[in-house]
Amino acid sequence: MKSIAELEAIRKKAQDSVKLRSERDGIRVVVGMATCGIAAGARPVMMALVEEVSKRQLKNVVVTQTGCIGACRLEPMVEVYQGDEKVTYVKLTPEDARKIVAEHLVNGHIVKECTIGAYEK
Amino acid sequence: MDLYRSHVLVCGGTGCVSSESMKIIESFETELAKHNIEKEIKVVKTGCFGLCEAGPIVIVYPEGAFYSMIKVSDVPLIVEEHLLKGRIVTDLLYKDHTTDETMNSIDDVGFYKKQQRVALRNCGVINPEIIEEYIAYDGYQALAKVLTEMTPDEVVDIIKRSGLRGRGGGGFPTGLKWEFTQKAPGDIKYVACNADEGDPGAFMDRSVLEGDPHAIVEAMTIAGYAVGACKGFVYVRAEYPIAVKRLQIAIDQAKENGLLGDDIFGTGYGFDMEIRLGAGAFVCGEETALIASIEGKRGMPKVRPPFPAIKGIFDKPTLLNNVETFANITQIILKGADWFAGIGTEKSKGTKVFALAGKINNTGLLEIPMGTTLRETIYEVGGGIPNGKAFKAVQTGGPSGGCIPAEYLDTPIDYDNLISLGSMMGSGGMIVLDEDNCMVDVARFFLDFTEEESCGKCTPCREGTKRMHELLDKIVEGKGTMDDVAKLETLAKTIKGASLCGLGQTAPNPVLSTLKYFRHEYEAHVNDKKCPAGVCQALLQYLVIDDLCKKCGICAAKCPVNCISGVKGKEIYHIDQERCIKCGACLVACPFKAIKKG
Repeated sequence: MKSIAELEAIRKKAQDSVKLRSERDGIRVVVGMATCGIAAGARPVMMALVEEVSKRQLKNVVVTQTGCIGACRLEPMVEVYQGDEKVTYVKLTPEDARKIVAEHLVNGHIVKECTIGAYEK
Repeated sequence: MDLYRSHVLVCGGTGCVSSESMKIIESFETELAKHNIEKEIKVVKTGCFGLCEAGPIVIVYPEGAFYSMIKVSDVPLIVEEHLLKGRIVTDLLYKDHTTDETMNSIDDVGFYKKQQRVALRNCGVINPEIIEEYIAYDGYQALAKVLTEMTPDEVVDIIKRSGLRGRGGGGFPTGLKWEFTQKAPGDIKYVACNADEGDPGAFMDRSVLEGDPHAIVEAMTIAGYAVGACKGFVYVRAEYPIAVKRLQIAIDQAKENGLLGDDIFGTGYGFDMEIRLGAGAFVCGEETALIASIEGKRGMPKVRPPFPAIKGIFDKPTLLNNVETFANITQIILKGADWFAGIGTEKSKGTKVFALAGKINNTGLLEIPMGTTLRETIYEVGGGIPNGKAFKAVQTGGPSGGCIPAEYLDTPIDYDNLISLGSMMGSGGMIVLDEDNCMVDVARFFLDFTEEESCGKCTPCREGTKRMHELLDKIVEGKGTMDDVAKLETLAKTIKGASLCGLGQTAPNPVLSTLKYFRHEYEAHVNDKKCPAGVCQALLQYLVIDDLCKKCGICAAKCPVNCISGVKGKEIYHIDQERCIKCGACLVACPFKAIKKG
C-alpha cells in the first residue's frame, strides 16, 4: 500500500459489506417472506430493496424479513418502521420497491399509492 | 460487490471448531445453495465470541439472533425457518443459566453486559482471514496515523501516558519498556511478541490471534517504528495450529497489500515479521528463555540484567510484549492516552481479558475494565456457580498465582490488589473452585505442572518443586505430619526467594496461598486423616448408614470388586474398607441414599 488514500478507499468499500453487523436502530424495512409472500414475488422485491439501499449507501437502514403479516392476498408486503411510526406497503413490484427507497427512505415522502390505505379504498 | 441481506456469523475459535463448527459452516453453505439463497446470505467464519460454554455459537445479523449449542443437524431448520421465512428459531436461542430466559439478541445476553471489549473488539465480529474486514473496522488506521503524523518519541509518549502495563502477567509499564528499547544503543533492533501462552486453562492470547491477527501485525509494526526496529518475531506454540495459520494468513495479506515490507505508505519506513514456533514448554513464556528459543537454542532462562531491551534476540536490543498488550496498542493510538487511562483503577489502566473456567456457569473468555470486583466477574459475567454449590475460592494467575477465598470477593481486580492477596494477575486465567474442590489437591495439581515444566537450570526450582510435590503427596495420602506442613512452608519460601526466573519464583504460590487461607484443610488431612471436600481418595471412606439400609443388595451387585457383603432381605450390607477401591459405584447405585462418603 503506497498511500493512505488507498487504505481509505478499501475501508469505505469494506465498511459497506460489514455494516449489517453493527446497526440495529434507525429505519427497519421488513419484507413479508412467508410462503404466501414468496409465492407472490417477495424475493425480487427484497433483493431490489437490498440493492437500492446499498447503492445509495444508506447507513441507518436495515432490510430484514418476517413471516406472514396476515393479509396474504395483499402480498408482497413491506413494512417500514421508523421510530414509533409504521407504514405498510402492499402488492409491490421490484420497481415499487426502488421507488420506496428513493422517495420514502431518502426523501421522507411516503409513496401513498402503494400503501395499504390507498389499495383498500 | 455482492450484496447480502443477512450475515451468518459462525465461531471459528478453537473451542467451537472442536465441536464441529467448520461442519456447521459447510452445512450452512449447502443448505443455502439448496434454497437458492446463497447470494442473499453470507456465511462468515469469525474468531471466538467468548461464551465458549454455549458453543458452537451462530449469530445471525441484522437481527443479532444469538443461537447457542448448535449442531450440524440444526442448520436446515435455521436456514428454512429463519433465513428463508424470517422466523427466528426460538428453541435454539441462547438461554440464560440463571434466569432461564431466552435471549433474542446478543445485546441482551448478561455475559456481555459488564464487559468492555478493547483487546477483543474484533473477536467474533470480523472474519480474521479477510484483511478488508479488519480494515472496515478501522484496521491499519493507527499505523497510518503513526507513520504520517507522529514521531517515534510521540508514539512512546502516548503509550507511556496511557498507563498500559504488560498483560502477560508481570505488569511492567509498557511505555517504559518501549522507551528503554528505543534509547538502547544499536543499529539493529527487534520487536517480539510473546504468544507462548502456557497456563492450564488460559486461552486469551490464542483467541486474539485466532480472532484478530491483523491487530498484532499492525501493533508490532507501530512498535517497530517507535523503537527503531525493522524486524519482528512472533513466538507462538505449535499447539495453537489455528492461531498460527491465521496469523500467517494475516502476515501474507499485509505483505500483499504493502502494509508490511519496505516503504509502508510511502514513508520510507519498512518492517517485516515472521512466526517462530515453540514446542510448548512453559518456561519459554519467560522472556530470556523465549529469546534463547527464538535464537534456536534450548529454551532456558538467563540472569537479568542485561534486560532484553538492552541485549535481547541475537544480543540486539529487543522489545518483547505479550499478545494482549499489543492488542491494546492500536486503540490507544486512535482514541488517545486519556481515553485508555480513563478506564480502570489508579494504577492499573484499561481492561483485562480473563479465561474463566472451573466451577462456573459461563465458561469462556471475557474482557472487563480493571477494578471490576471478583464478585461481579464471577456472579454477573460468569453467571455464578452451577448446581447451587457454594463458592470456595478463585484461582488466578495459573500455576504462578494463588487461591483467593470468599472473604475477598469484593476486591477490585488489578495488578497490585491481586499481589497483595498472595496471587497475581498472571496472563489472566481464572479458575473458580467450589465446595467440592480440595485445596490441598488443587495446590498439588499446580505443583505437578510446575515440577514437570521446570527447565532444571537452577537447583531451588528443579529440586525444590519435586520435594514439595513429595510432601504434598504424603499429605493427601494421609501420611503427613504437621512437621511436613512446616517443611512445606519453609521450602516454598526458599524456592520463591532463590529461583533464577519467574517460573521458580512463583511456583510455590499455589501452596503458599492455600496455606494462608485454607490451612485448616491441610490440618484436617494431617490430624484427622480426612479430606473435607471428599476428593483425596486415600482419605475417603464409603459407609453404609445402617438405619437407612433396606437390605436390597443393589450396592453389592454394582460393586466391581465384590467388597460389599450382606444378605438380601435379611441382613444389613457392609463395605469392607480394606478391599474397597473407592470407585463410588455403590453411592450412585443406592436408591435409598443409604451410603455416605466421608
